[in-house]
Amino acid sequence: MMETKNIIIVGVGGQGSLLASKILGDLFLTKGYDVKVSEVHGMSQRGGSVITYVRFGDKVASPVVDEGEADFIVSFEILETARWLSYLKKDGQIVTNLQEIEPMPVITGAAVYPENLAEKIKAKGVKVDALDCLDLAKQAGSAKAVNIVLLGRLSHYFDIDEKLWEEIIEKNVPKKFLELNKKAFQLGKNA
Amino acid sequence: MKELMLGNKAVARGLYEAGVEFVSSYPGTPSTEITEEFVKFDDVYAEWAPNEKVAMESAFGASLAGRRAFCAQKHVGLNVAADPLYTMSYTGVNAGMVIVVADDAGMHSSQNEQDSRRHAIAAKVPMLEPADSAEALEFTKLAYEISETFDTPVLVKMCTRVAHSQSIVETGERKEFKKDYEKNIGKYVMMPGNAKKRHPIVEERTRKLAEYAETSPLNREETGGTWLGIITASTSYQYVKEVFGDSVSVLKLGMTNPLPENLIKNFAKKVERLVVVEELDPVIEEAVRAMGIKVEGRNLLPGIDEFSQNKIRAAFGKNFGVGESLEDAIPPRPPVMCAGCPHRGLFYTLKKLNCTVLGDIGCYTLGAVPPLAAMDMTLCMGASIGALHGFTKVNNEAAKNTVAVIGDSTFVHSGMTGLANVAYNQSKGTIIILDNSITGMTGHQQNPATGKNIKGEPAGRIDLEALCRAMGINRVRVADPYNLKEIEAAVKEELSVDEASVIISRRPCALLKEVKHKAPLKVDKDKCIGCKSCMKIGCPAISMKDKKAVVDANQCVGCGVCAGLCPKNAFSGVEG
Repeated sequence: MMETKNIIIVGVGGQGSLLASKILGDLFLTKGYDVKVSEVHGMSQRGGSVITYVRFGDKVASPVVDEGEADFIVSFEILETARWLSYLKKDGQIVTNLQEIEPMPVITGAAVYPENLAEKIKAKGVKVDALDCLDLAKQAGSAKAVNIVLLGRLSHYFDIDEKLWEEIIEKNVPKKFLELNKKAFQLGKNA
Repeated sequence: MKELMLGNKAVARGLYEAGVEFVSSYPGTPSTEITEEFVKFDDVYAEWAPNEKVAMESAFGASLAGRRAFCAQKHVGLNVAADPLYTMSYTGVNAGMVIVVADDAGMHSSQNEQDSRRHAIAAKVPMLEPADSAEALEFTKLAYEISETFDTPVLVKMCTRVAHSQSIVETGERKEFKKDYEKNIGKYVMMPGNAKKRHPIVEERTRKLAEYAETSPLNREETGGTWLGIITASTSYQYVKEVFGDSVSVLKLGMTNPLPENLIKNFAKKVERLVVVEELDPVIEEAVRAMGIKVEGRNLLPGIDEFSQNKIRAAFGKNFGVGESLEDAIPPRPPVMCAGCPHRGLFYTLKKLNCTVLGDIGCYTLGAVPPLAAMDMTLCMGASIGALHGFTKVNNEAAKNTVAVIGDSTFVHSGMTGLANVAYNQSKGTIIILDNSITGMTGHQQNPATGKNIKGEPAGRIDLEALCRAMGINRVRVADPYNLKEIEAAVKEELSVDEASVIISRRPCALLKEVKHKAPLKVDKDKCIGCKSCMKIGCPAISMKDKKAVVDANQCVGCGVCAGLCPKNAFSGVEG
């Protein structure tokens, strides 16, 4: 029996994590796994810290991933990567955007945004794959494609045919943005 | 066909397959998507009602007319609709009537953590609790059978982790359902003489439902090790299975009111140790103890917040590891008003004028977050106006700097009756309706003040100005919250007059598709003196870099509120 694999997608409310989790969910369903995806809607979608859980395997019970359980952290923002770090399993893999988005307490001066987070996380002996997804998304044609850039990068860690990834993306994005998203996926993958 | 489906969408699918023809709801996280998904089916009717009470009464009317009917609401919404619910328990139904109540353990998007199972017990109606999307679909369909067989409304309790989790479901076909209406005064007219005859029927129905619960497929025993027996329901069941798999015995309850006493007693006899794992109130635990059975629960797991697998592991003394963490303090990231939010200029003004602000439920509750921190109270839907009335009645002076703030949708939901009290009993506060032309927090639903229906088609529209005047408020004016001078003048003037007034702060939500954004603003570094005046509005698009203000062009929508605060005209890019 295959052990359940756990992915958490973290970021700032409104960054597009719901689409990323939808695509991952569909992908693993198509591969024949039992899948659960858990999201949070409402208040925290207004610029707050958000976490989405994706789990797949032979039989998945809990819809959420707990501390110390994540095989992958997929992160839209480096402070959020640091915030949810304790969710990573020993030997887990992080795929993260290097973008910094200041939370309100930092903007108002009540708190400080820590420096060199990616290096500090690496210094803990954690496997970190960090890239500037915002820049790549802009290269693809839209700052909003950060989510697909991240998925492109994540695809390295799964033995799943690239064609299937693209098929699932096609199912989940509007037609007029398909080419843009395909480009974003490739840019993330080859970064 | 197998597909991955959100719990709420699975309920909508269940409604469709059960032949439901009428759905009326008021949006509320985590229940909103049920109604939004249902309306996407062909040949069905769904609507947003002004509030949960009206929604439930409308659904009752449809049931009376012989069509399967439904309404959904969040836990606190059921408080609003409790009045019809408790007496519908007496009348029963004609065609099936099912009600979803969605609890929010962990308060992801709610003002309290109440446990809706208490409502089911108090109203004496059956309650089903699905634990994943497949059950959400199946239980919804079965709920209609129960409703018609036992002549009762049926509550289906969702929770955030079932409502907003996707899992695999298998869909079926729709079966149409129609019944005739028959006049029955004794059953449907609940005046004392009739209600007295109905109450014994309700008690007898509960007895029969308890009997049904003993053998219903909704409740099932999963036999494993007998060293530990766990009684559980809803999402807690999933955490139990995650931690224990098949190593313990589990009594999974899909129906939590009424409880199957014999099933529970027999299960208790088979196991050495009996524990109830349930989020929030110890409802099942207390009932089991009242049966004379030795049981644990609240001694192991708290009645606060939602559960997770690690909480279950900790409660049963099982080891688990957590990952690394950094030595740095990680600053919190609370939700904030979006860049370009029309509420921002108003709250800046209220803070500047040092007003006491009695708040309400919606995105604008975020006016309480620093640096604006311009809110003194938030209680429930509509409470701002009622509280303003009492606050100013006992302290005439307070009327000179106290306001109520309430959104357009919340005002129609239950602010109107508060305003009637202000007008009728003559208090003197200032009420500000934040009209952003949408129900915002729950993700953009239309309401009776927007002029559009649930499908975005033209619909009736309440004229808020005319309504307030008709209720007896003489001073009603409209101001634009993007224009700080205009909104400040309006607030100052209305606070100074010796009568009640309404200011409609009108500007559509910046996230609406039809709202055209202006070009992002730029800061002229040579002009910026780093005074941080623009930082006082708490806009997530503005930050300081090297002692100069910087605008994040990805977030800025060019609203220009910050530019209005700059003493050096350092912002450019504002059109017109």
